[in-house]
Amino acid sequence: MTMIPLLANTPIPRDLPLPLPLPEGVLTVLLVIFFLVHILFVNLMVGGSVLVTFFEWLGRKDARWDRLAAAIGRTITVNKSLAVVMGIGPLLCINLVYTMQWYSANTLTGHAWLMIVPLVILAFLLTYLHKYKWESWSQGGWKWLHQLVGLAATLLLLFVPLIFLANVNLMLFPGEWEKVRGFFSSLSIGNVLPRYLHFIAASLAMTGLFLAGWFGREGHEIENTPGFTRPELRRIFYKVAAYVTLAQFVFGPLLLFTLPAAGITTQLYIIIVSGALVGLLTLWLLFRELKSGDDRIGRSYVQICVLFSFVVLGMGSGRHVYRQAALAPHQAEIKERTVHYAAALAAFNKQRAAAPPVEQTPEQLFMNCAACHAPNVKLVGPPLTEIAQIYAGNPDGIVAWAKAPGKKRPELPQMPPMIHLGEANLRKIAELMLEKGKAAQ
Amino acid sequence: MDFPSFYMDHLAGGRLIIGLIASLHVLINHPLAVGAYPLLTWMEWWAHKNNRPDIDQLAYKITFIVFIVTTTVGAMTGVGIWLSTSLFAPFAIGSLLRVFFWGWFAEWLVFISEVGLILWWFLTWKKANTPEKKRKHIKIGVALSIMSWLTMALIVAVLGFMMKPGEWNQTRAFWDAMTNPLYAPQLGFRTFIALMMGAVFVWFATFFFTKKKRGYEQGTGPRQLRNWVVYRMSHVVLVSLLGTYLFGTWYWSAIPETMKANSSVALLTQEFMSWHGQFQSLLGWTILVFAAIGLGGLGSSFLIPRWALLIPSLMGIWLLGHFERAREFMRKPWVIGEYMYSNGVHKDELAFLQSEGLLKHATYAKHREVTEANKVECGKDVFMLACSRCHSTTGLNGVIEKFTTMYGADKDWDSSGMALFIQGMHQTRTFMPPFPGNDKEAEALVAFIQQVRATRESLPGAQSTGVVVAPPTAPPAMTASSQP
Ligand code: HEC
Ligand code: HEC
Repeated sequence: MTMIPLLANTPIPRDLPLPLPLPEGVLTVLLVIFFLVHILFVNLMVGGSVLVTFFEWLGRKDARWDRLAAAIGRTITVNKSLAVVMGIGPLLCINLVYTMQWYSANTLTGHAWLMIVPLVILAFLLTYLHKYKWESWSQGGWKWLHQLVGLAATLLLLFVPLIFLANVNLMLFPGEWEKVRGFFSSLSIGNVLPRYLHFIAASLAMTGLFLAGWFGREGHEIENTPGFTRPELRRIFYKVAAYVTLAQFVFGPLLLFTLPAAGITTQLYIIIVSGALVGLLTLWLLFRELKSGDDRIGRSYVQICVLFSFVVLGMGSGRHVYRQAALAPHQAEIKERTVHYAAALAAFNKQRAAAPPVEQTPEQLFMNCAACHAPNVKLVGPPLTEIAQIYAGNPDGIVAWAKAPGKKRPELPQMPPMIHLGEANLRKIAELMLEKGKAAQ
Repeated sequence: MDFPSFYMDHLAGGRLIIGLIASLHVLINHPLAVGAYPLLTWMEWWAHKNNRPDIDQLAYKITFIVFIVTTTVGAMTGVGIWLSTSLFAPFAIGSLLRVFFWGWFAEWLVFISEVGLILWWFLTWKKANTPEKKRKHIKIGVALSIMSWLTMALIVAVLGFMMKPGEWNQTRAFWDAMTNPLYAPQLGFRTFIALMMGAVFVWFATFFFTKKKRGYEQGTGPRQLRNWVVYRMSHVVLVSLLGTYLFGTWYWSAIPETMKANSSVALLTQEFMSWHGQFQSLLGWTILVFAAIGLGGLGSSFLIPRWALLIPSLMGIWLLGHFERAREFMRKPWVIGEYMYSNGVHKDELAFLQSEGLLKHATYAKHREVTEANKVECGKDVFMLACSRCHSTTGLNGVIEKFTTMYGADKDWDSSGMALFIQGMHQTRTFMPPFPGNDKEAEALVAFIQQVRATRESLPGAQSTGVVVAPPTAPPAMTASSQP
């Protein structure tokens, strides 16, 4: 594997000096698997919302599409919640494996990263409004409002993944971090947009496949989707899956060929090309299903799903292999810097521990007070001259005051208690204070 | 800290945002999830046992509200605590994840089941139309109640861990947090206050679903339904009140001990003392108000008007908010007790950085060495690295405001005095970490602060102006002083 040398201005931070809780390999496998589970539900949420919006629009002419849209909408309630909870696992893993890159990307796109919270809340609330007002907002202007609510939710759900993608992309290119000025500028680094297209298409294809099974299953109450027979429903959603997957043969290569060279390896090509080959096979099965008659459509559903899972696994692994290769030199440099720093630190601490403990001189101890008490001028507290007058011959009075200062001068702030310095030290300070105060008079 | 600095000048750097998100999460999660789920499950069970479809209906309607709120604002603020902390204190959350991985992992599993169960419970409610199905459905509610309580129990452990290090920095073990002396009182307190607030919420929501309607038979009308709920919820309030009182007092008396045990904050600051006193009286008043409501509800469901129910809820929210603030006191100057300071500096690297310089080892800084010419720029980076996790420049908890209190608004500020203060800031104000840089860096920081005072320019964070990476350091830190 050829390593591309890092750009000169690549930040090489020090890693956190704590071991990973699990071997890195294990965490990496978990990362890929958890991520795929998460992205599956995200796909179904995003793809589902797009289809709901589209079919509801068709439904203005032909009411059966409206019923179908409503039925798809009901699946989103579950899928969107699972998309959120299942997102925590991969977040946990990526935080651990790519600590220094991931958090840095988050910060560099910080405003957008924070906006995820309100945007998703809003999107979900609109989704519920859309779902539960389907019946009561079905006439005239209300229907328009209803469609607008659905559209708004969909647009939000289309936008939020872009924030995540920007982060996932930005973390790969530490050499470019200096150029970033907030979220929007981060979109011009790497190849966020081809990735985004690929993701949206995957969402539609995945949702098509899911809904072909969901509405095609025996348990589906067909009266909820009036005007469609079960084979018809299968056919519609197979079509969505098939044509969008066909389009992926454009988006996929677009993504691959726009990837910055940093992480391109032969291994990556092997994985992606095998994935694409399985994809071709899946596509062939899909079109064969579409051609078969109503009595037979759906019989290859399970095979298609299994093959599709392999495609997804391939793309997920390819994605990871690219990341690993792209970040390998950076990770290695970080490790080296971290080790060096730890060694220097250990040497320093060893030397310090070996040195005999020096007792602080009264002058040094007085530094604890010097920020507020100067010989002649009033800084924060009264000058030493004044103190020396009040406490002439009474260092213990100073000690008592410093342990628990009162409130005397209304124009001055409260003096903080200094009891943590210890009585003996305070006594030394007090004597020096009186000395200095007298000298300055 | 070796991450780019997310920073919002007018919001104390952004800490306020974490605070807001976290408070909102607690305020939803405690009464609605921890408190209301068991009560609603119990209502469903009672309705089933006594064949009261009206009560079942009511429980369903209230669950609808709880479902909408917890799966949107509730869930996303939970994730939001994490997302915002990632920005604001990546060094802390990154370290905690490494040490506390299994805690977070378990938390995740419990959270998955909680979300799965609420979806299952709510979405299948109407389908449970036979006695067997209903019994199964009630069991889902029970499981949900247990899971949401477990989620809280685990989170409290994580928070407790940050509050009191226990033996963690020696053993780095997970269970230490559970044996934290504050764990049991905290958890008990939260459980009962959640139940208390949950009961008031169910009561309050009932008013909206039991408006007077014509055509009801005597004995089953909305009035009777309301009576039924109010009478029982008053009982829940009164019983949980006792628990809240007992655990609250236990917590109140355990907290100074814990603080004393933590040597660096050994002296109880005035701020803490006043917090401690306020907690006691707030607890007293809250309990009094809940008691009044509970007793009133026992008498008659019409004694307590709807708006009056908002009072105990607000008191509860206030008390919880006040309670949450304890963490701040307990923790300072640490973000992870005795291990890492609030600004991300490790305890064991402090002396090293003080001798070598903070900027020399920082990644996201413009210069490595302070000179006359770059003083202010260096000071800015030092501020970002050493102070910005707690202070803003001119905004909330701003250093300008702080120094103004010390040195006055109309006078020149004595730069050497300021530098002395900064270098001794932990000695003077123990809740601040020691200054993690050398003399020149303290002077540079003062120069920066003086400039901000003059210009009032606000300081942007890395999320707006990006990062600057100083030219590569000389081979890492093998200087004469560090060679054995
Ligand atoms: C943060 C600033 C600050 C520091 C640090 C500080 N002081 Fe003070 N000190 C004050 C202020 C303000 C007052 C005036 C308080 C008043 O009169 O209400 C004061 C007053 C005093 C007085 C006069 C009390 C009197 O009876 O009028 C003494 C003595 C004193 N300080 C001792 C010390 C000693 C000893 C130390 C160091 C161990 C110290 N101070 C550190 C701010 C400070
Ligand atoms: C752990 C968080 C934390 C950090 C880090 C921190 N401070 Fe503070 N600082 C505080 C708190 C809390 C206060 C008290 C605020 C109050 O009481 O209003 C404070 C007060 C101050 C005061 C007023 C002191 C007084 O006696 O009234 C100054 C000046 C100050 N800080 C400067 C700094 C500077 C400069 C830095 C960076 C080198 C810094 N702080 C870092 C938390 C912090």
